Amino acid sequence: MPDLLIELFSEEIPARMQGRAAEDLKKRMTDGLVEAGLTYASAAAFSTPRRLTLTVQGLLARSPDQREERKGPRADAPEKAIDGFLRGAGVARDQLETRDTPKGPVLFALIERPGRPAAEIIAEVLETTIRNFPWPKSMRWGAGNLRWVRPLHSILCLLSDTDGNQVVPLDLDGIIAGNTTRGHRFMAPDAFAVSSFEDYETKLKRAHVVLNAGERADHIWADATNQAFAAGLEVVPDQGLLAEVAGLVEWPVVLLGTIDAQFLDLPPEVLQTSMREHQKFFSVRDPKTGRITRFITVANRETADNGATILAGNQKVLSARLADAKFFWDNDLRVATSDRNLTAWTGALKNVTFHNKLGSQDDRTRRIAALARELAPAVGADADQAELAAGLAKADLSSEMVYEFPELQGLMGRYYIQAAGHPAEIAAVAQEHYSPLGPSDDVPTAPLSVAVALADKLDTLTGFWAIDEKPTGSKDPFALRRAALGVIRLMLENGLRIELRSICHHAGNAHPAPDGKDGRETADDLLAFIHDRLKVYLRDQGIRHDIIDACIAMPGNDDLSLLVNRARALNDVLATEDGENLLQGFKRANNILTQAEDKDGVEYSFGADVKFAEDDSEKALFAALDAAKAKIDPALAAQDFPTAMAAMAGLRAPIDAFFENVQVNTDNQTLRRNRLNLLSQIRQICVSVADLTRVEG
Amino acid sequence: MTDQTTPPRSFQEIILRLQTYWAAKGCAILQPYDMEVGAGTFHPATTLRSLGSTPWAAAYVQPSRRPTDGRYGENPNRLQHYYQYQVLIKPSPPDLQDLYLGSLQAIGIDMQVHDIRFVEDDWESPTLGAWGLGWEVWCDGMEVSQFTYFQQVGGHDCAPVSGELTYGLERLAMYVLGIDHVMDMPFNDPQSPSPLTYGDIFKQTEEEYARWNFDVADTQVLLRHFEEAEAECAAILSHPAQDPKTGKYIVMAHPAYDQCIKASHVFNLLDARGVISVTERQAYIGRVRALAKQCADAFVTTAAGGGQPA
Repeated sequence: MPDLLIELFSEEIPARMQGRAAEDLKKRMTDGLVEAGLTYASAAAFSTPRRLTLTVQGLLARSPDQREERKGPRADAPEKAIDGFLRGAGVARDQLETRDTPKGPVLFALIERPGRPAAEIIAEVLETTIRNFPWPKSMRWGAGNLRWVRPLHSILCLLSDTDGNQVVPLDLDGIIAGNTTRGHRFMAPDAFAVSSFEDYETKLKRAHVVLNAGERADHIWADATNQAFAAGLEVVPDQGLLAEVAGLVEWPVVLLGTIDAQFLDLPPEVLQTSMREHQKFFSVRDPKTGRITRFITVANRETADNGATILAGNQKVLSARLADAKFFWDNDLRVATSDRNLTAWTGALKNVTFHNKLGSQDDRTRRIAALARELAPAVGADADQAELAAGLAKADLSSEMVYEFPELQGLMGRYYIQAAGHPAEIAAVAQEHYSPLGPSDDVPTAPLSVAVALADKLDTLTGFWAIDEKPTGSKDPFALRRAALGVIRLMLENGLRIELRSICHHAGNAHPAPDGKDGRETADDLLAFIHDRLKVYLRDQGIRHDIIDACIAMPGNDDLSLLVNRARALNDVLATEDGENLLQGFKRANNILTQAEDKDGVEYSFGADVKFAEDDSEKALFAALDAAKAKIDPALAAQDFPTAMAAMAGLRAPIDAFFENVQVNTDNQTLRRNRLNLLSQIRQICVSVADLTRVEG
Repeated sequence: MTDQTTPPRSFQEIILRLQTYWAAKGCAILQPYDMEVGAGTFHPATTLRSLGSTPWAAAYVQPSRRPTDGRYGENPNRLQHYYQYQVLIKPSPPDLQDLYLGSLQAIGIDMQVHDIRFVEDDWESPTLGAWGLGWEVWCDGMEVSQFTYFQQVGGHDCAPVSGELTYGLERLAMYVLGIDHVMDMPFNDPQSPSPLTYGDIFKQTEEEYARWNFDVADTQVLLRHFEEAEAECAAILSHPAQDPKTGKYIVMAHPAYDQCIKASHVFNLLDARGVISVTERQAYIGRVRALAKQCADAFVTTAAGGGQPA
């Protein structure tokens, strides 16, 4: 059983694409081989900045012979039909066989497909794989038309077994497959031949290339933590950066560098961001103080001076970067400490367009401040403080630091607002009011932050609704779905009781209204959108959309906490046997009633009278309904849905017994009417809890 | 010949070594384009010549202006006027990376002690309607060049593909010469009878231009210049290809492209004056791109653009 080794050697592949590309190479090659009949024992793929490598072990030397029998037209079919069949099956007329079938004589083609040598199949599958490779972005180079992520230089394609090895013949637009590769670009640039995967991996390591990205990452992390530990420090963990750096080097050499003392007073986030984003350095901190004092850089080579020149260069670049950051920080602090209201920055927001139909960032900040003030009592925050905090929350967008590092927005605001002399909880709003940004992001809990975070998202939603820029299909350029999810999570996770309809209507009025559009309708439409997002959110928690629909149909549906409490209670009760059966009983009652109402053209909503009850089960149902109502009404008034639902589920037995023993549609019209009115009572009681007509099943 | 085994001593020596190196590799050493541009890419030797199938190899220094980067000569690394070294070879040769590394060696960067890296950086010029894939090249963590395989220019697919190398000369030279502030960098040989630093030559002009760019340039005049350049570009291209005087086939792609360059620079000045809002910005960029596209459309119908027998 031969083994296959493939290496696609190119100019530097972007680090972020390497891992995925190795997996794609493995999947496309092995899928193609298996489809052509070449099964294998195991396969593994690897990547470095300059190569994608695949090893397939225990491959069949040939694909098995195949014999296929294909049924054709009747023997007396027109010549045209038979010719068509011959073409389709790829056989000649004398390869057809006539067989008697119950439908008469029918032609059969016997197609023999002899197995093919592995090399032939591999060459075809590899060519198809390369020509159709799913790079996120690919390019042409030189005068050719081949596409690859960067220019492809050579292909190593080798079949080896105990008897030796052979190059798989392949010529891809002039790139001829061979058995050679190259080592490290600078440390071992010469070409060398290999005979198997083991030989390849060993020789690569000798040529200063670690093939396995995981091994490179492990080496980097182990060496980095060791060096930091020896200096009494620790490396700030950063998995994303580690994976990226492992994709930037073939021969990782870890170097511990020093940050110039004049920069150590910068906020740690600034140091970390600047080092990570611009230089791909790891931060190294003092475990006792948490302060970042040094950095780790990973070079791609060993040098005679043990990396001294490389480290000196990197330190110099970092100093230039941090000099910029410090310059911004000092300038920003001067602004912040000179004016408690940060008017220089908030004023500058007038010139920053938020959206051409929704005004400037300053307009937006003012709207958010007014809305935060309005929301404050409901979230337990002081209205004046909420307004103040909201007014300052976006001031840092005008700061030099955030201009340079947009990802530090909010965080810098927190530093600057505190520097301006405001208390920590006001400063925290600048950072927290953007949250939650995604489904797993933390939700703020501090009342001031909650008020402003809600106001921020509601202003966004009502604004884009007012100008009719709603998400469509996969297009959501203003991240409105995320904003709606933010509103939902802020409400639910803080247990807020806020009636959104009037807030949305009110907030919507702050925006320029399009001609002839009714603000209430817009608010209702927005609420429906939020309800849709709520369904998606609750679906992930195992609550079906129809259960939520049953609750959305109830009054108070714009209070999301109330709505979800009701939905959870309904979900729980329907999961019990009583609940499940009550639903069936309810549906039966409702069906009979609806049909009768349709037929009779009246609505049966008069109170039924127990004096017309004949059967014991009928009387029992009267009693049970009265008892249930006596429990349900106060429970609903107290918004105690579990109790209300339990009382409703308790009707299951009497309803079941009623249907078992009583016929509703009797000839006696008085009895019939009374019973229909009784069913109506079931319906009224049940739908006072949730609109069960909307529940499926 | 410059001696490439000794380290260079001045800014101009680094430029001279690059010129010598790329001349030896077969490039035509062109002179800077005689108009204000934001980057070496704007030189018609790159923008227009990367179009069509005619082989091309050129290298040149291009003075470049980025009005918003002006810092009155005080920032050690930022200038509103600086130099780029630009190489464009079509079709991109298979050993372009090695050729490039050779050029670093030529200016005194020893590959055996430095860490050179090709880090993903896709290039896009919204004003030129151009994009390509490539890297920024790092030397010990510092970006020293931009390396791009052009895929599209002026909305046209590049076939064959050109390889473009852009060196930020001041930054590269500061690194090679071990200088911390650009104004302290020796421009000519520091041992010469009249040694000049970069600051001797450019400190005052940086101040003058920073003041003019940020606070004085007449925005009304600039706005008018923009409109005029835009109109002139279209007007030039609207003439029939057949010249009524000589009877020759003359598409005026280059004169039209000059107007595109002019519009682009005026836009940069307006941007520095802070009179262009975020939303207007996109509209201006779109207008310059439309000009670049029309010029590219015209160029590919000319002999140099491969559209006519030469």
